[in-house]
Amino acid sequence: MDIHEYQAKEVLSNFGVTVPDGALAYSPEQAAYRAREMGGNRWVVKAQVHAGGRGKAGGVKVCDSDQEIHDATENMFGRKLITHQTGPEGKGIYRVYVEAAVSIDREIYLGFVLDRSTQRVMIVASAEGGMEIEDISASKPESIVRATVEPAVGLRDFQCRQIAFKLGIEPKLVQQTVRTLQGCYRAFIELDATMVEVNPLVITTDSRVIALDAKMTFDDNALFRHPQISELRDKSQEDPRESRAADRGLSYVGLEGNIGCIVNGAGLAMATMDTIKLAGGEPANFLDIGGGATPERVAKAFRLVLSDKNVQAVLVNIFAGINRCDWVAEGVIQALKEVQVNVPVIVRLAGNNVEAGQKILAKSGLPIIRATTLKEAAERSVAAWQSDTIKSSTLKAVS
Amino acid sequence: MSILLDRSTKVIVQGITGKMARLHTKDMLAYGTNVVGGVVPGKGGETVEGIPVFNTVEEVVAETGAEASLVFVPPPFAADSIMEAADAGIRYCVCITDGIPAQDMIRVKRYMYRYPKERRMILTGPNCAGTISPGKALLGIMPGSIYLEGNVGIIGRSGTLGYEAAAQLKDLGLGVSTSVGIGGDPINGSSFKDILEQFENDDDTHVIALIGEIGGPQEAEAAEYIRNHVTKPVVAYVAGLTAPKGRTMGHAGAIISAFGESASEKVEILSAAGVTVAENPAIIGQTIARVMEAA
Repeated sequence: MDIHEYQAKEVLSNFGVTVPDGALAYSPEQAAYRAREMGGNRWVVKAQVHAGGRGKAGGVKVCDSDQEIHDATENMFGRKLITHQTGPEGKGIYRVYVEAAVSIDREIYLGFVLDRSTQRVMIVASAEGGMEIEDISASKPESIVRATVEPAVGLRDFQCRQIAFKLGIEPKLVQQTVRTLQGCYRAFIELDATMVEVNPLVITTDSRVIALDAKMTFDDNALFRHPQISELRDKSQEDPRESRAADRGLSYVGLEGNIGCIVNGAGLAMATMDTIKLAGGEPANFLDIGGGATPERVAKAFRLVLSDKNVQAVLVNIFAGINRCDWVAEGVIQALKEVQVNVPVIVRLAGNNVEAGQKILAKSGLPIIRATTLKEAAERSVAAWQSDTIKSSTLKAVS
Repeated sequence: MSILLDRSTKVIVQGITGKMARLHTKDMLAYGTNVVGGVVPGKGGETVEGIPVFNTVEEVVAETGAEASLVFVPPPFAADSIMEAADAGIRYCVCITDGIPAQDMIRVKRYMYRYPKERRMILTGPNCAGTISPGKALLGIMPGSIYLEGNVGIIGRSGTLGYEAAAQLKDLGLGVSTSVGIGGDPINGSSFKDILEQFENDDDTHVIALIGEIGGPQEAEAAEYIRNHVTKPVVAYVAGLTAPKGRTMGHAGAIISAFGESASEKVEILSAAGVTVAENPAIIGQTIARVMEAA
């Protein structure tokens, strides 16, 4: 789960990381008021969306007066911000963060990640702050400093000092840097984060070490023990279909294609999408309905997949391991009777009691296209989608 | 022979009194697995499917000489149960539980390393379907009927996709020496590389099938290991050709977050190491058959 910059800054400051003065606003009037309240003569207004690359996309503006703040934020609220991380649909701006501007001497990149290779927490830092880490590793890989944390003893101060000296931080600022690194690490561990990124961490002209931007991602599997973090979830930043699926215990990712997929198991779901692609089609979604393909789950899955208006055929691929195919077949039939489905439906069942399942589908009298192998399922789905597309385009041409 | 598990392996089930655990204990017994006990704190003295339940793993090991464990414990407590098994001298542990926090798994891995290598427990999973040595024993939740006895060693991150591969092999009359699920989590007990090493040393395994997916470095590490240490032919399929970058595809570990983690990049890396890659999951079985014939 992702949170907003202002939330991440609040979290990190509770762990001893220094952040600029700032306040949240829900309207241009409030933004201007917040700036006045804060004082000073230069502010930065930042659109709060769950994506990087906001600056280039016009989501960050430096302002020198109330009026400028009002005008800048008026252009932000209610708009969609499109950055290289949001996709073409962008993310809605409903909150703006107003921050006191700081005078920057140096910018540093600082990231904490779960490193899957060493299976430990890794710190990644670079003196080339402000750039994306992907760009730094491409253009200046030698500037990257890494350290892994031994889980039994946690991050040691000597490791923090090593990083600070390698980044060329002045000796008098090393202690502040150590405090910042330790604060980020403690927040990471104590709150079950999977990523903490401070980019940039800045050294100000008045010799302070400040987190100018902050991003945190949390482990969904650990949210049960952090209710205060779960509360920070902002559904306006999620794909509504995906949040709806998550609320129903289904795992869904929307894509651009036309063939909807309902599959049990994440690996088989990805493999099913691959076969569709290789058969000349484009999958509309990833959907893992989990182990027990009960009628209720299948019906929910159909509703979800069909809520995508681009879907012109639906492929159901269930490998019955724990459950039985005859039971899954009953579920599919019940779901098709409950949910209005106006596109071709292809069903492939495999595993326990497959013959009985096929018989039930055949006898149902419903227009289900059956398949026995994965290859057949993909080919029939693509064929059904193509003929359906031709039919509807001919109809349009006639009318 | 087979790896990790055979007919005589004494097995316990941690969390045996849960609904799913009962169901699968019954299936494992029917398959011929030598289940000797269960563990649920506070339920010592009860029985499940005729199997005695103990309060601690230490006790069940002392009483029965148990060597392997299947963990069915809910996510908040699963890491603790795995550590309990490691401490009690269990040799092989499979964790089925899906949803264990990643940092709990980091602690589990660190804890396991406090034992010297010859006493260190092997863990596969979490978030996997388990391990089966067909015709011998089943330690997990997979349907035993789709596996024939044979000479293909399977290592996979996904449960149902592993079933798909086994079923394709069965349709071609080919069987499996052992199939090992390493699970879909970002921090897992054993990697492809760890299990490849076991299959390389197993006389009954003639061909190794590696079923990977997007996300993480383990397929690339496997490729490096295969290049330098594996003499047997290896076939691979990597799921997620159509997966977009930066999105979690069901499994917590199935997310492309760095260079080399997409399906096409992994296919390239594996091919370069001499692995025969099935680009289409519908022909995993055929590809293995072809490689076996050529070998």
